[in-house]
Amino acid sequence: MNTSQIKISGVNKVFNTSDRQVIALKEINLDIPKGQFVCLLGPSGCGKSTLLNAIAGFSLPSSGAIATDGGVVTGPGPDRGMVFQEYALFPWMTVEQNVAFGLQIKGMNVAEIRLRVEELLNKLGLTDFKTRFPKDLSGGMRQRVAIARVLALDSPIMLMDEPFGALDALTRRNLQDELLRIWADLKKTIVFVTHSIEEAIYLADRIVVMTYRPGTVKRDMTVDLPRLRDPSSPTFNVLKRELGQLVMEEQQRHHNDEMRMAAVD
Amino acid sequence: MNNINWREVAAGMIVSAILIAVWQGAASLGWVNPQILPSPLAVVQKWIEYLLPTDAYSAAAGSRWTWAFSGELIHDTISSMYRVLAGFVVGAGLALPLGLSMGSNKRVYAWMNPLVQVVRPIPPIAYIPLSILWFGLGNPPAVFLIAIGAFFPVLMNTIAGVRHVDGIYLRAARNLGANQRTMFLRVMLPAAVPYILSGVRIGIGTAFIVVIVSEMIAVNNGLGFRILEAREYFWSDKIIAGMISIGLLGLAIDIGMNKLNNYLLRWHRGLEN
Repeated sequence: MNTSQIKISGVNKVFNTSDRQVIALKEINLDIPKGQFVCLLGPSGCGKSTLLNAIAGFSLPSSGAIATDGGVVTGPGPDRGMVFQEYALFPWMTVEQNVAFGLQIKGMNVAEIRLRVEELLNKLGLTDFKTRFPKDLSGGMRQRVAIARVLALDSPIMLMDEPFGALDALTRRNLQDELLRIWADLKKTIVFVTHSIEEAIYLADRIVVMTYRPGTVKRDMTVDLPRLRDPSSPTFNVLKRELGQLVMEEQQRHHNDEMRMAAVD
Repeated sequence: MNNINWREVAAGMIVSAILIAVWQGAASLGWVNPQILPSPLAVVQKWIEYLLPTDAYSAAAGSRWTWAFSGELIHDTISSMYRVLAGFVVGAGLALPLGLSMGSNKRVYAWMNPLVQVVRPIPPIAYIPLSILWFGLGNPPAVFLIAIGAFFPVLMNTIAGVRHVDGIYLRAARNLGANQRTMFLRVMLPAAVPYILSGVRIGIGTAFIVVIVSEMIAVNNGLGFRILEAREYFWSDKIIAGMISIGLLGLAIDIGMNKLNNYLLRWHRGLEN
């Protein structure tokens, strides 16, 4: 039952810039079971996106290994669909074409693609927009298309890099609920990067708080509040206070580091 | 875009009308020698003469349709357009694949770039002697010169276009499992289209300049040839009529390119408004 979907063992990531060395990730060990919704939480510079990019295969660890049920990660692949903060929709393709692209790459036949795209557009409420280009859509609608595009891949794993960060609060809540619905329905394993404490508590089964440079796991906690969660409830706020303290400690370190760097310059 | 601002159009007309009226006045009052500057009316008259068929209609020579298009201006326009298109197709047809490979492959870029940088600043007109030496007279040297004129703008813009493809699209495509070929054809190429099209536009503009010049030296028809020929007979009215035709054709090409741009880039953010 509790089979592991993503196994991160002893992962380190070092970036060499011209004048110094930044240790972005240090000794990360995480075992993410199938169907779990995990949020990576922390201030900017804590390596949460670096870790996500490593799982996606865009930037491999300097040492250590990441394995999924498809084997050790050596590069990007459609078994780990990614939703980017900047949407990353292809602007020259219509909504329909964007969603179909992954299926065409897979070599699925035209009739099947049409059916599958139709179904996904319907699921995400995009049917009326299918012939539009991304530039004609709102941020929320664009992110729906990006989610549909990844769902089309039918990958067991969904990676999300602050996907709702640029959206207004109402659209954000709307998409969070939609995502929870999709997750419950399709039983995906989701790794979701955010710096919003509330978003993490609202969505996740498990929250991994990361430290500012070097990025390590500061706290790995399970959230077992029943869904849909009420952000105004006392239990939600107890958790929010606790996480707030953890994240702010790291934010303070981030701030101090920036001040120090400025002083050196 | 679709709403024509008539007030603005009218304002633009007024300036032209005043200019033409002054010109006509000067001509009617005999202030200028009509051989040097003919009156606008004479130019219009000549233009119509140039446009219409020279011979009377005869059923033996062909249908009414071919007769209606047998005027000298129509023939010249078709000849010039043919050269522009042929030269452009050759020039852009070579520039596009070279630009795509130079833009996407560092090694090809390193091989070709020094040569391109040295040859690029040579204006197409400087190739005239060589083009005649190599191709003699007629269409081939003209097409050669026009191809050179169109080649470099398309090349440089294609290289820039491919190099400026936003990395996020490449990452998204790799995430979807795209192979090299799909990446190139469905992501890099369309992402570079805005750049390529602006190169095409500059290329067509250069081709249009070069066609007029090349017709003055290498061939005996076309709009460029016609105005040079008119000079030999002191037909200044025909020179100006020919120049106006060149202007109108240039405008038509530009409007056509604009329409093509708007269609091909209907997805592009830059055109939002």
